[in-house]
Amino acid sequence: MKKTKGMFTTTMLTGALMLQGAVADAQGESHAAIQSSESIRPFKVNFPDAALKDLRSRILATRWPKSETVADASQGVQLATIQKLAKYWTTNYDWRKAEAKLNTYPNFITNIDGLDIHFIHVRSKHANALPIIVTHGWPGSVIEQLKIIEALTNPTAHGGKAEDAFDIVIPSLPGYGFSEQPTTSGWEPARIARAWITLMKRLGYKRYVAQGGDWGDPVTEQMGVMAPTELLGIHSNMPAAVPDEIAGALWSHQPAPSTLSADEKRAWDQLDFFFKKGLAYAQEMGNRPQTLYGIEDSPIGLAAWILDHDARSYELIARAFDDKKEGLTKDDVLDNITLYWLTKTAVSSARLYWENKFIFFKPMAVKIPVAVSAFPDELYQVPKSWAEKAFSKLIYYNRLDKGGHFAAWEQPQIFSEEMRSAFRSLR
Amino acid sequence: MTKTTNILASTVISGALALQGTMTNAQGTSHSDVRSSESIRPFRVHIPNEEVKDLRKRILNTRWPDKETVADQSQGAQLETLKELLLYWGSRYDWRKGEAKLNAFPQFITKIDGLDFHFIHVKSRHPNAMPLIITHGWPGSVFEQIKLIEPLTDPTRYGGKAEDAFDVVIPSLPGFGFSERPSAAGWGLERIGLAWNVLMKRLGYSRYVAQGGDWGAGVVEAMGRQAPAGLLGIHTNLPAVLLPEVEGVLGGGPIPANFSEKERSAISDLGMYLRNGGLSYLVMMGARPQAVGYGLTDSPAGLAGWMLVHSGFTKWTYGKDPKQSPTIDDVLDNFSLYWLTNTLASSARIYWESRHLNLTSATSQKTQEISVPVAITVFPDEVIRAQEAWARRAFPKLTYFNEVDRGGHFAMWEYPELFATELRAAFKSLR
Repeated sequence: MKKTKGMFTTTMLTGALMLQGAVADAQGESHAAIQSSESIRPFKVNFPDAALKDLRSRILATRWPKSETVADASQGVQLATIQKLAKYWTTNYDWRKAEAKLNTYPNFITNIDGLDIHFIHVRSKHANALPIIVTHGWPGSVIEQLKIIEALTNPTAHGGKAEDAFDIVIPSLPGYGFSEQPTTSGWEPARIARAWITLMKRLGYKRYVAQGGDWGDPVTEQMGVMAPTELLGIHSNMPAAVPDEIAGALWSHQPAPSTLSADEKRAWDQLDFFFKKGLAYAQEMGNRPQTLYGIEDSPIGLAAWILDHDARSYELIARAFDDKKEGLTKDDVLDNITLYWLTKTAVSSARLYWENKFIFFKPMAVKIPVAVSAFPDELYQVPKSWAEKAFSKLIYYNRLDKGGHFAAWEQPQIFSEEMRSAFRSLR
Repeated sequence: MTKTTNILASTVISGALALQGTMTNAQGTSHSDVRSSESIRPFRVHIPNEEVKDLRKRILNTRWPDKETVADQSQGAQLETLKELLLYWGSRYDWRKGEAKLNAFPQFITKIDGLDFHFIHVKSRHPNAMPLIITHGWPGSVFEQIKLIEPLTDPTRYGGKAEDAFDVVIPSLPGFGFSERPSAAGWGLERIGLAWNVLMKRLGYSRYVAQGGDWGAGVVEAMGRQAPAGLLGIHTNLPAVLLPEVEGVLGGGPIPANFSEKERSAISDLGMYLRNGGLSYLVMMGARPQAVGYGLTDSPAGLAGWMLVHSGFTKWTYGKDPKQSPTIDDVLDNFSLYWLTNTLASSARIYWESRHLNLTSATSQKTQEISVPVAITVFPDEVIRAQEAWARRAFPKLTYFNEVDRGGHFAMWEYPELFATELRAAFKSLR
C-alpha cells in the first residue's frame, strides 16, 4: 500500500512539475527507490486541473500557419480539419470522461527490467478464460483497446459464448502513456517482448496468447520467436509477412511481378504507396526523434503529427471531424492525443523508431502458431499466400471487408470476433 | 508613396492578425490592389512589439520533452544545449538589432507573376559593377548574405579591386521571409528562376550573373537551363554533380575502378550521411510540409530543434566560440525571421514543390541542358564534396572550379570574405 501511495503522489507531482519541465528528474528519483521491486501496484489516472488548463490555454493560443496550397491532403493535415479538431478540443471535449473510462478498469504499474510498466488488467468472470496480452503501437495507446475489453472479457453480453472469454492484459509500451520513459537507450521491440513475457509470468499466467498491430506486431512476433512454453500462439493485424523478393523489388523500384495474384497485387500497390509516400514520419522519428520539440510544446503540432500517420488513417480520422458516424469518434481521437500530451510522451514514444533495428514487414521466422486478420485499410492487407510463407504454423487467416490500421479501435466488434475465432483452436 | 504606406500598413496589420490566425485573408485582400503593378516599392522591416513579446513569451513557456537517451547528437538537437539557446533567445537576444541589420540596406518589394517579392538591392559606387543575384535556401534567408554585401559592392575596402565590384540583388524565396506566401501550388524552381530574370530586367540590368547554394543552387541551375538573354553565367556552392554512376554507388552498386581516393572518400562520407538519416527532414517536408508546419509555427523550440539538425549546423558551436560566424545572434536573427513572418509551413513547401526532384543529381537537374557558363566553389564541410571530374562531366560549360580550405553549407555566412573572393575569381572571365 505504501508503494501504491507513492505512485499516486508521483502522478500528481508529475502533473504539477510537467508545467515547469522538470518531470524527468522528478520521475527518475522517485522511481529509484522501487527499482528492484516486483510488486504490482494499483494505479489510477488523475491529472491535476492545472495540466488540463495549461493544455487548453496552449490550444487557444495556437499560432496557425497559412492554409495548404492544394485542395486535398497531399501536403499533410489540412488546416480546416485541424482547426475543427482544435475547436472541439477546447469546447465540447472532456478529458475527465476519458480518465473515467480508463479508471473503469483495473490499472496497475509494475517494474520490469528497471522500468515501470503500466497496464490494464481485466479478468473475465468465466472460468477457463484465455489470457491475452494486447500491444498497441504508435501513434496509439491503451485507449485503442478500451472498446474490446468488454467484448473479450464478457462475451456472453456481446454476442459470444462463455468459452470465448479472455482475461485481458493491455500494457503501455515503454515511453508511452503511463509507462515510464527510458532514460537510456536499448528499449527496442525484442526487449519489450521479454518484458511482456515477464509481465505475464508475474501475473501468474501459465498459458496465454499475444496480439499486436503496428509496434505491437514486432513485439508480439518477437515473443513468438522467443516462444516461452506458456505462449500458445499469437495474432497480428499487421504481420511482418512481406516476402524478401517482394520487398527487394519494391525498394529498388522495379515493376510489379506479373505473377502476382489479385490480392498480392493489391498489397504490392499499398506497400508501393507507403514506401514511396508514407514513410517520411517514420524516417524522421527513426533518425532524429529529438528534433520533434515542436510536438512536445504545441498541442496542435502534436495532433497534426499524429493524424498524419498514414494517408488512409488520416481519412478515417479526419472523417470524425466531418461528423461521419463510421469508426472513430472525435472523442476517441482526442482521448488518444490528449493522453500523449498529458503524459508528455511525444518524443519518448518517437524514440521507439530510433531504437528499432527490425526491418518493417520482414518475416521473423515465428515457429509457434500464428493467426492473422487482414484488414483492408491497413498499411497493406496481407495476402494469404504471403502469410503462409511467413508463418510455418498459420492457424488462422481471415480477410475482412472493413477496418484499417487501428482496427480494434475503429471496428471493436469485428476485431473481438476475430480474436475469438483466431484463438479458438488453441484453447 | 501610397503603395509603400500600404505595404507597411499591411505588415503591421498582418502582425496583429497573425495572433488570431487570420493572416491569410488579411494579406490576400490588401495585396490584391497592387497585383498588376510593376512598381518597385521601398520596404523596411518593422515587426510590431506585441509580436516580438509574444515570441519571447512562447519561448519562455516552452514545454520540454525529456532528455535524449544518448550522450551525443544522434537523436537530434540535445535538450540541454537547446534549452540554453532558447533561454538566450527568450531573454538576452534582441530582434531589433537583427531588424537593424536588414534595414541597413535598401530593401524593396515588387510583384512578379502575381506574388510580392522582397529583396535587398545594393548598388556599388564603382562604375561597371557586375549585377549579381544571390539566392538563399532552407533553413536560410537573406540574413545569410548580409555579411557578403559589402565585400562584393565595395571590394576596395575588402582586399579587392574596383573592377571586382558587384551590384547585389538578394531576394527572399517565395514563402520565405518578407516575400509573399503563395496560396496556390506551383512555385517550383523553374518558376522562381523565371521570376528572378524578370526582377533583374525590371531593375534595368541587361547583363547579370546569378549565384546560389541549397535551394538557391536549384534556382540558378534552372536559370542556367532557361538561359535568358543577359544571363552571363552562374555560380553555385551546391552543384548537382551526382552523376548516375555516383548515384549507383550510393545505391549499393560497385565503385567504378577509375575513381580516385578522393572521389571514393567523398562518396563514402556522403553515403554515411545518408545512411545516418541526414536527409530525413527533407523527406518529411517533401512528403508532408503541413504536418511539420503546425508544430514549427506554434513552437519556437520546435522551430529551432527542427532547423538545427540541418547539416549546415553540424559544426556550429551555439555561440560557445564567440569568433565563429554565424554568431548566436546571427542564427537567432534567422530563426526569428522565420517565426515573425510565419513562414515555417510555407517555406517547408518548397520541398513539396520539388518532391520529384533530387537537387544534387545531375540527371534530375538536367545539368547537360545548362547552356551558360558555370562556376563552382567547393567548401570542404558541405555534405557533398563535389569532385572536379564529376563537375566537368555534369556541366559541359564549366568555366571555374575551385576547392577552398574552409567553410560548409552556409559558407557565405561563415566566411563572407572568402566567399566574396571566390565570386570575384569565378566571374572575372565573364566581365
